[in-house]
Amino acid sequence: MKIAAFLPKLGDKLHKTAYEAITAAHQVQALIGGDVVGLAIDVDQQQLERTAHYGLTRLIVAEHPLLANTYSPSAFAKVLHQLASSQGIDILILPNITYGKELGPRVAVTFEAGYIADVIGIESQNGELIFRKPVYAGKAIIAAQLKTAKKVFTIRPNIFTAKAAETAASLNIETFTPELSEADFREKRLSITRSTGKLDVAEADIVVSGGRGLKAPENFKLIEELAEVLGAAVGASRAVVDAGWRPHSEQVGQTGKTISPNLYIAVGISGAVQHLAGMSSSKVIVAINKDKDAPIFQVADYGIVGDALDVLPRLTAKLKEVLHKS
Amino acid sequence: MNILVCVSRVPDTATKVKVADDGKSIATQNVKFILNPYDEFAVEEGLRLREQHGGSVTVLTVGGQESTDILRTALAMGADKAALIQLVNPDSYQVAVNIAQYARNHSFDLILFGRQSIDFDSFQVPPMVAQLLDLPCLTIVSQWSVTNGTVKAERDIEGGKEEFETALPLVASVQKGINEPRYPKLPDIIKAKSKPIETIEPVAVEPQLEILSMEIPQTERRHVILGDSDEDLEKLIQLLREEAKVI
Ligand SMILES: Cc1cc2nc3c(=O)[nH]c(=O)nc-3n(C[C@H](O)[C@H](O)[C@H](O)COP(=O)(O)OP(=O)(O)OC[C@H]3O[C@@H](n4cnc5c(N)ncnc54)[C@H](O)[C@@H]3O)c2cc1C
Ligand SMILES: Cc1cc2nc3c(=O)[nH]c(=O)nc-3n(C[C@H](O)[C@H](O)[C@H](O)COP(=O)(O)OP(=O)(O)OC[C@H]3O[C@@H](n4cnc5c(N)ncnc54)[C@H](O)[C@@H]3O)c2cc1C
Repeated sequence: MKIAAFLPKLGDKLHKTAYEAITAAHQVQALIGGDVVGLAIDVDQQQLERTAHYGLTRLIVAEHPLLANTYSPSAFAKVLHQLASSQGIDILILPNITYGKELGPRVAVTFEAGYIADVIGIESQNGELIFRKPVYAGKAIIAAQLKTAKKVFTIRPNIFTAKAAETAASLNIETFTPELSEADFREKRLSITRSTGKLDVAEADIVVSGGRGLKAPENFKLIEELAEVLGAAVGASRAVVDAGWRPHSEQVGQTGKTISPNLYIAVGISGAVQHLAGMSSSKVIVAINKDKDAPIFQVADYGIVGDALDVLPRLTAKLKEVLHKS
Repeated sequence: MNILVCVSRVPDTATKVKVADDGKSIATQNVKFILNPYDEFAVEEGLRLREQHGGSVTVLTVGGQESTDILRTALAMGADKAALIQLVNPDSYQVAVNIAQYARNHSFDLILFGRQSIDFDSFQVPPMVAQLLDLPCLTIVSQWSVTNGTVKAERDIEGGKEEFETALPLVASVQKGINEPRYPKLPDIIKAKSKPIETIEPVAVEPQLEILSMEIPQTERRHVILGDSDEDLEKLIQLLREEAKVI
C-alpha cells in the first residue's frame, strides 16, 4: 500500500494541517501497512525539513518556475495528480481546508479514486479502511467505506494532531518536475491577502465568541481583550454578524465556519442548533450567559451564569494575573 | 448567458436528527426538507446575471420525485426551466457524474453551485463536476464580477483572502455575502406550481461510498456550572488550567 499525505502551504509556510495529514497517514499505515510519503508543491527546503519531526522519512516536492508563489486549482490538481501517479499512490490524504477541499475531489476524478471528505476517525476491518465522518452539521456521524481500489480523503483540521518529536527522523527529500504550461493555470490568482495580526477562527487553538448578549457592537472590546490575553481568535454568532456588528469571516456555525479548537468560549450566545453545528466538536467548551437555562450550557464543560459585561472585565484581569505570573 | 444552477434538497437546519431503523440513514418522518440554503445564493446569482446579460437559468437536481419541491421554489424565484434527474439517495459522485452528463448534453456558459450541501457537507460536487467537464473552477466565492466572459472573484481562505481571474465557461460555487436571495412572491409561487419539470433518466454509475452505519454523537461534557463571584471566576481559571489543561 502506498500512502501519501499532501502538505499544503499557506503564505510561505506549511500549513499546520500538513503535519496532521502526516499523522493520519501514519494511522492508516498502522492499520493496513504500507509506505508513507509526503507530497508538496513549491515549498522550501527548510519548511519541508520540519516534517522529519513528525516522523516523515520520504517526501517529494514538485518544483517548476510557473508554480512559484501562486495557486491555481486546475494547475495544482494537475501537478498533484502527476505527483501521486509518479509514486503509484493508492491512498491520498489531504487536509479539509480550502485547498484540500477543492483539490481532493479533482484528483479523485483523474485518479479514478473514491473520495470522502472531512474524516474524523479511521479504522479498519478485514484490511478495508472505515472512515468516520460527521454529517448534518455534526448532528450525526457515519461510518463508511470507499468501494474503489484507490482512495482519496480529507481530514478535519485539529483532529489528527501530534506533537513534534525532539529527534528528527532521517528524511529523504526528492524533487519532481511536473509537466506544466501557462495554459494549465485556468484560474489565475491575482492576489492573496493574509489577515495580519488577526487570528482566524478556523485556525486558532482558542476561540472566544460573542453573541447578542453583548448588547452593543462596542462591547466586543471586552471579547477582544479576553481573546488577547488567551492568544485566541474572536468569533461571533450569526445574530451579531447579521446585525453588522462583526464581519462574516468571524461567524461560527452552520452557515459560518465549522471549527474544533481546544477551547471555545461562548459569551452571550444562546446555543441555537445552527451555532452548535459549528463548534460542538470543540475539545473544551465554556459558556458565559446570564440565563441559566440557555441551551449553550447543555454542551458546556464549564459555565458561568452571569452578566457578560460584568464578568468579562474581571475574568480578563484575573487571567492576566495568572498567565503572566507563570 | 446560459446558466445551470445545481440545487440539493436538505433537512431544515433546525431538524433534530434521528437515525432510521436501517441504522444508516436519518429518519425522515416529520422532517421538513428545504432548498439547501447556499443554493439560494446560487439561484439568486443566476437570476441576477440573466437580468444583466440576458439568457436563461435552468435549475437541476439529482434526487427522488420528492425533490420537485425545491425545483418549484427555484422556479418561483424566477428560474426559466427545471430538470430532475431521478435517482434516489445518490452519493456525491453519482450526483457529480449526472450533473456533468446533463451539462454535456446542453451548452452552459456558467454552472453554479452552493458552497456545500448541508446534509453531507462535503464541498465536493462542484470541483468534481469541473474536473469531469475539464472546466476551470472557483469555489466558495463571496464576491465577483462577470463581464464580457471575464470573471474576477474573491474568496476567503484560512487566515486570509484570495482574488482570482478566469473566463467563461466556468464552474463556480458561491457563498453567503455574494447577494441577498429574493423571497418568491405568492403569485409566482402559484404560477410555479404549473410550470413543467423535465424528468431525466440517470446515467448508470455505481456509488463510491457505502454507508455502514450512522450514529448520534455522544460527547461527554463535564457540565460544571458556576456563578459569577470572584471565587467562581478563579475556580474556572483553575479548572481550565489543571483539569482541562487548555490554558
Ligand atoms: C438557515 C440558518 C442558518 C443559520 N446559521 C447560523 C450560524 O452559522 N451561526 C449562528 O450562530 N447562527 C446561525 N443561525 C441563527 C441561529 O438560529 C440563532 O438565531 C443565532 O445563533 C442566535 O445568536 P445569539 O445566540 O447571539 O443570539 P440570541 O439567541 O438572541 O441569544 C443571546 C443570548 O445572550 C444571553 N444574554 C443576554 N444578555 C446577556 C448578558 N448581559 N450577559 C450574558 N448573556 C446575555 C441570552 O440569555 C441569550 O442566551 C442560523 C439560522 C438559520 C435559520
Ligand atoms: C434523506 C437522504 C438520504 C441520503 N442517502 C444517501 C446515501 O444513501 N448514500 C450517500 O452517499 N449519500 C446519501 N445522501 C447524501 C446526498 O445524496 C448527497 O451526498 C448530497 O446531495 C451531496 O452532498 P455533498 O455534501 O457531497 O454536496 P456538496 O458537494 O457539499 O454540495 C455542493 C453543491 O453541489 C450541489 N449539489 C449537491 N447535491 C446535489 C444534488 N443532489 N443535485 C444537484 N446538485 C447538488 C449544490 O449546488 C450544493 O450546494 C442522502 C441525503 C439525504 C438528505
